[in-house]
Amino acid sequence: MRKFILKYLIPRIIQFLTIIFVGITVTYIIPRLAPTDPVEAQISTMMAMGSSLDPASIESMRAALTDLYGLSGSPVEQYFTFWGRLLRGDLGPSLDNFPTPVSKMIGQALPYTLRLLIPAVIISFIFGNLFGAMSSYYPKNKALKVIEVLGQVVRSIPYYIVAIVLLVTFSYFIPIFPFSGAYPIGTRPDWSSLEFILKNLEHAVLPAATLILVGFGGWFVGMKSLTSNIISEDYVVYVETAGLSKNRILIHYIIRTAILPQFTALAMVLGTVFSGALIMEVVFGYPGIGSLAIRAIYSNDYSMIMGITIYSIIGVAVAVFLMDLLYPLFDPRVRYQ
Amino acid sequence: MILLSYNSPYDPGKSFVVPWDLPPSQEHLFGTTSRGQDLFWWLTFAVRNSLFLGVLTAIISRIIAILIGLTAGYRGGWLDRVLMSLNDTFVVLPLLPILILLGFLLRDRMNLFYLAVILGLFGWPFDARLIRSQVLSLKERSFTRTAVYSGTSAFWITINEHLPFVLPIVFATTINNILWSIGMEVTLSVLGLSDLTTPTLGTALFWANQHGALVAGVWWWIAAPALVTIVLFLGLYLLFTSINEFIDPRTRLRLIGG
Repeated sequence: MRKFILKYLIPRIIQFLTIIFVGITVTYIIPRLAPTDPVEAQISTMMAMGSSLDPASIESMRAALTDLYGLSGSPVEQYFTFWGRLLRGDLGPSLDNFPTPVSKMIGQALPYTLRLLIPAVIISFIFGNLFGAMSSYYPKNKALKVIEVLGQVVRSIPYYIVAIVLLVTFSYFIPIFPFSGAYPIGTRPDWSSLEFILKNLEHAVLPAATLILVGFGGWFVGMKSLTSNIISEDYVVYVETAGLSKNRILIHYIIRTAILPQFTALAMVLGTVFSGALIMEVVFGYPGIGSLAIRAIYSNDYSMIMGITIYSIIGVAVAVFLMDLLYPLFDPRVRYQ
Repeated sequence: MILLSYNSPYDPGKSFVVPWDLPPSQEHLFGTTSRGQDLFWWLTFAVRNSLFLGVLTAIISRIIAILIGLTAGYRGGWLDRVLMSLNDTFVVLPLLPILILLGFLLRDRMNLFYLAVILGLFGWPFDARLIRSQVLSLKERSFTRTAVYSGTSAFWITINEHLPFVLPIVFATTINNILWSIGMEVTLSVLGLSDLTTPTLGTALFWANQHGALVAGVWWWIAAPALVTIVLFLGLYLLFTSINEFIDPRTRLRLIGG
């Protein structure tokens, strides 16, 4: 057990902290390298909006904004204040919806994103791996070949394009699915009514389908190449001659062996999939983090964008870390080390 | 597959031979936009610009990937561990929010060149890892040892002996990286976070959205760029897979019936 902690857990924790550290540092550096001064930009936007203020109040506003952005003091001091506020979970108020804290708004939007993201990732992972293994186990199957080509085609295309094609096809030309949103306009979110949940599911079909379709191809190819060596291994030939059913061989002997690198890959692509989910929400008008981000972009809500960036980095890092912690459950070699 | 890639529907030369003007509101192949532009000719610009962005990004990120991959692979030890830990960090970081933040701050100054540099700075980690693993196996080969014993410096070993082995992978991943960066550009432009006056595949979609093309029934404004993007991606992707198969000696043997 001690060896497990030393050899497995400690490096993972270090990696987890590195991700957060690098990510947060990058978000700290970026605004300071940018040629535009966020404070001046904010003030000039306000002036352009037509608000007439006397110089004294502009000066006090400038001071308030400088403090808000954590821009007072030397860069090193700023860096520590930045971390200090972050650790207290204080990301400042949203500039657009003043004075609602950024954290609260993100907290409201996050469940929508997760409800979309988690099932989509799991479904595409399961189906991609299953079909990938099947296609290398049954190399002559025509249907699987067609699926492979389709999966490859969709995989190479950016999320946005896939989303828009699905949206145009299934909401515009063949209106089966709703156009946008997470529930019909005019209804209030009510998670106790079955009807509302069903409506929500209906609205989630297209965005989720996009994520699944794009993710599917990657798992398919990965699994296919992983299993292509395994199917000719001695032990597979052995269980075949022992007369086990094909399905049993496929699931218990082939997929079981080949799935491990796929779990590692899952942790690796989480960040990318998360980015994809954000785009999805923008296309389908689904009220998650992505929609929050685009509203913030349009309304120049700097602190909101900053908050979303930081939260996403931490969120993805935590997800990767959890994946790493779960990994020993799937890989007996790590467990018994 | 190799033959198919040469026949791929995407033809890079095409966008350069057409006249570079935008005839306003004349019926043409893809129709015209609500902004009085001919969509087909506009898209030829878009494809050219998007490809330029992709290639530039690929070059920048390739340089970083090669440097980091070769160093980490050849040096090994703590340097390898630090570089790879950094590498994995960049792999998992959710790029889009970071790019949104960047695009937001640079909004007025953003142009295609900046965007390519930024994407290049973020696009290297997957391939650096690939190169490193390649170098790790090269290091064990006897020719490396011969070179070391005959007094060649580490720098020249990596440049002269290892780089040629790595270049085929680099080339294959280049196309993948081009695809990735064009996709990112589309995403950012659609959000309105790039230089919107430059025609690219992404800005085409952005302007279509801005004018409510779908609501107004101008569906081809969205459909045409989407179609062009899909065709471009398919072509490049097929090229990528066939190059990959060609590089991999096992599949090459199978293809020539070995």
